[in-house]
Amino acid sequence: MPRATPTRLDPARQQAISVSVATGMYAVSFGALSVAAGLDLWQTMALSLLVFSGGSQFAFVGVIGAGGTAAAAVATSTFLGLRNGFYGVGLAPVLRPMRGWRRAGAAQVTIDESTAVALAQPAHDVCARRTGFWWTGVGVFVAWNAITVVGAVLGARIGDPAQWGLDAAAAAAFLGLLWPRLATRFAQAVAAASAVLALLLTPLLPSGLPILAAALVAVAAGWRAPREEVPE
Amino acid sequence: MTEYTLMWVAIVAAGLLAWATKYAGHVVPEEWLENPRVHRIAAFVTVSLLAALFGVQAFTSGSAIVLDARVAAVAVAAVLLWRRAPFIVVVFAAAAVAAGLRLLGWG
Repeated sequence: MPRATPTRLDPARQQAISVSVATGMYAVSFGALSVAAGLDLWQTMALSLLVFSGGSQFAFVGVIGAGGTAAAAVATSTFLGLRNGFYGVGLAPVLRPMRGWRRAGAAQVTIDESTAVALAQPAHDVCARRTGFWWTGVGVFVAWNAITVVGAVLGARIGDPAQWGLDAAAAAAFLGLLWPRLATRFAQAVAAASAVLALLLTPLLPSGLPILAAALVAVAAGWRAPREEVPE
Repeated sequence: MTEYTLMWVAIVAAGLLAWATKYAGHVVPEEWLENPRVHRIAAFVTVSLLAALFGVQAFTSGSAIVLDARVAAVAVAAVLLWRRAPFIVVVFAAAAVAAGLRLLGWG
């Protein structure tokens, strides 16, 4: 006999809510770092609303904070966001049919977290996958933008960012975003080579360019790498 | 253009490019992106850029390589990540370590 459990959330919605809260929390560090890098409250909020991809946003303010040009910040942010394009390819069959504003909105919330929760639902249950995508995408969007404001306001009140360790916090944030992608030896080697190349080029090139140059390591690695070595 | 206006232009440009990238994934015919080489390079670009951003943020100051309180902070962060601590804990711990060491006058 089927039992009605109307008060319990299904797994897709449960995951969506917990991921939204957890991800939203670290917008506090983005907000604070953005202000420390010299952006004001409105610019910080605009980045979260418009770019809406944690890695790209941390990269943008990281390049600006290190004295890089606006163009280098845009380029680094965009290259880091390329993976979101590939997420859309994986999600399109789940979300079809979709047109107009709905598709534009789906694109904006196509990020690591919404893709992960959607694709973590059983492959045969398109409805659960769709629920996972929308609940996570919209949930993270709301939490991320709200908590960005909190971080920016806190960041504006604390004076010297280095005294509070915000520069170290930014480094730890990049390490935290990188960590889950280091599952294979080959990915670890790519990461190590990229970091070393960027450091070697730092005294030679204008700020921001050493980071972009590290993408050449990715091109070299991806050109020949065996399939099982490719990170998720 | 003032520096402030330029920053706004950059923010809007980054936003438009981020959205266009995401949108493209939903609308381009699947076979365009089926090339395994394109897939592999895209996956490694994320790893490369995050690693380079980490290196520069942790070990440089301006155009110089600098070892200071951040080294201890990211070492603690790495241990916490290895112990599967949540992201927000890792970030706050790194800030606390760097701030504490600087309070003691080191780095």
